[in-house]
Amino acid sequence: MGCTSSPGSLIDMSGPGHTIHALTLAELASGMTQGEFTSRDIVETLLGRIKDNADLNAFITVTDDEALAAADRADADRANGNAGSLCGLPIVHKDLFCTKGVRTTCGSRILDNFVSPYDATVVERLRQAGAVTLAKTNMDEFAMGSSNETSYFGPVKNPWDLTKSPGGSSGGSAASVAARLIPAATGTDTGGSIRQPAALTGTTGLKPTYGRVSRYGMIAFASSLDQAGVITRSAEDAAMLLNVMAGFDERDSTSVDQPVPDYRATLGESLEGLRVGIVRQHFDEGLEAECSARVKEALSALEDQGAILVEVDLPNLDLSVPTYYVVAPAECSSNMSRFDGVRFGHRAEDPKDLLDLYCRSRAEGFGAEVKRRIMTGTYVLSAGYYDAYYLKAQKVRQLISQDFKSAFEKVDVIAGPTAPTPAFGIGEKTDDPITMYLNDIYTIGANLAGLPGISIPCGFSGELPVGLQLVGPHFAEASVLHCAHQYQQITDWHQRCPKDFE
Amino acid sequence: MSLSKEQVQHIATLARLSVDENEIDDVVEKLSSIVDFVDQLQAAPTDDVVPMAHPMDMSQRLRADVVTEDNERDRIQQNAPSVQDGLYLVPRVLD
Repeated sequence: MGCTSSPGSLIDMSGPGHTIHALTLAELASGMTQGEFTSRDIVETLLGRIKDNADLNAFITVTDDEALAAADRADADRANGNAGSLCGLPIVHKDLFCTKGVRTTCGSRILDNFVSPYDATVVERLRQAGAVTLAKTNMDEFAMGSSNETSYFGPVKNPWDLTKSPGGSSGGSAASVAARLIPAATGTDTGGSIRQPAALTGTTGLKPTYGRVSRYGMIAFASSLDQAGVITRSAEDAAMLLNVMAGFDERDSTSVDQPVPDYRATLGESLEGLRVGIVRQHFDEGLEAECSARVKEALSALEDQGAILVEVDLPNLDLSVPTYYVVAPAECSSNMSRFDGVRFGHRAEDPKDLLDLYCRSRAEGFGAEVKRRIMTGTYVLSAGYYDAYYLKAQKVRQLISQDFKSAFEKVDVIAGPTAPTPAFGIGEKTDDPITMYLNDIYTIGANLAGLPGISIPCGFSGELPVGLQLVGPHFAEASVLHCAHQYQQITDWHQRCPKDFE
Repeated sequence: MSLSKEQVQHIATLARLSVDENEIDDVVEKLSSIVDFVDQLQAAPTDDVVPMAHPMDMSQRLRADVVTEDNERDRIQQNAPSVQDGLYLVPRVLD
C-alpha cells in the first residue's frame, strides 16, 4: 500500500489521557463506556484545542458554556443508564444549520446577528441521541464556493499547509476534523461541498441521497440539490452519525419516507464480488497526475479485496458543471429573495424608499460570489431566457441522471477521483469564477442525480491528501459506507494527521 | 461581452441588488464569462427529453390545513431590524 513512507504522522495511541483528540467517535464511545474518561473530559480537551488553533479560522461561534453543560448532562445520563447512541460524543455544526438560541450566520454579513429561533432537524436528532455541540463552523457564504474564501468571516486554512484552502463550502468542518479539533462535523453538499473539502483535508465526507436526511432548518441554497451529511475521520463514524440523522421528517416536504437500515451492521462484510464502476471520462485531461495515480492505486486495492472493476461511461460528465451553474443559481436567486432587510438580517441605513431598502440591504449584506449567483439565476429565469437556459439545463440534468442509471445497471458503486487537484493556494482561484467552478467536475453529477457519495483519503500528492470518491445508486449509503470502511481496514491514509496537529 | 452594462443593470434591478458604478465593469465581465460557459449546453441534443426538476421524481406531499406552530411572534421579531406593536417597520410605500 506504500503506507509507510509518505506525509502525515500516525498518532501514538499508547498512554491514557493524551490522545482524546485523536480518537474517533467509535473509540470515544468505547472509552466512555469503559470509564476511561467522561464527556466533560472530552469537551474540555477539545475546547482547549479549538482555542489553541483559532488561527485556522475554522469556527464562527464557539459555544463553551452550552457544551460543558451538555457534557455534564450526558455524563449524568450515562451514569443513570440513559445513554443514547451518541451520548456525550462531541460534534460541531456547519453554520448553515439553524441552532436554537445560537447565532447562525451561514458565513454571511446579512445574517451576522441572526439568532435562530429553532433547531434544524439534524441538530435536534443528534442532540436527542446525546451528541454535544461545541461550535459552529466557518463556511463559504451561503455554501456558495469551493474554497471557503467567500465567507464574510475570512478564509479557513488547510491544516496540511496553512497557505492552502481546505476546499469548500464545508471548509471549517473539514479543517477542524483534519486538525483533530473535533472528531466529527456536520456539513452540507450541493455540488460537492462535503466531498471536495474532505478530499482536500484527508478526511471522510459523506453526502447521502437527496431526501435521506431532512433539510428542515438548513438555510437553503439550491433546494433540489442540497443535502446534509457529515465529515469524520472514518467511514464507521459516518455510519454512526447517519444512523441518527437519516429518516423521514414531515417538516421537509422532500424528505423521503423509506426505512433506515443500520449502516454500521453491514460495514464488516467482504468486498468479494462487489462490482465497482470505473468511469472512462474520469481519467481524461484535467486530473492531476499524482491524484490520478493515487486513485488508480486505490482501485487496485479494492480489486485485491475481491471487488470486480468494470468500465462504465458517463458521456455527459462534461456538461454537469454548466448544468449545475444554471440550475443552482436559479434556485439560489429564488431562495435568496427572503433576505430583504425587513424581517431579519442586515438592513441598510436611512433607506429613501422600500426599493432602496431592499437593494442596498442586499448589496451590503451579500458578498460578490453570492451576488453573482443571484444575478446569474435571475438572468436564466428571466423572460426570454428561461427556455434557452433553465429548461435546457433541466433537460441535460435528465441526461446526466440517465447516464448514472445506465451505469448502475452494471455496477454497485462508481469509484473515481473526488477533485481534479489536491488543495490549491488561498487566493489562487478567486479572480476566475469558472476555474473555481471546475473544481467540482467529479462531484456535481451526484447532486444533479440525487445520489449518495463519499470521499475518503487514498494517499498524497506531494504533501497534500488525495480523495477517492465512491458514488452509489439512490439510498445505497450502506454500500458506499461498506466499501469505504473495507478500504480503511487495509489502509491507514484516513489516520494520517497533519504535522503540528498530532 | 455576451451581456451589456444595461442588461446587467436590469438583472440587478430584478434581483433587488444595487450595483455601484465602480464595480459594474467587473460584474459585467464575470457574469458574461459565466453565461458564455453555460452556453455550451446549447449543443446538447435534448429533443424529446423530459426536463428534470427534482432528483426523486416525486410529487409534493400535502398535509391537513391545521395550525401546527405556536405563536412565537415576539421571539421571532427579536431578529427584526425594526418593529413596533408587533409589526415590521419599512419606509412609507404609499404617499
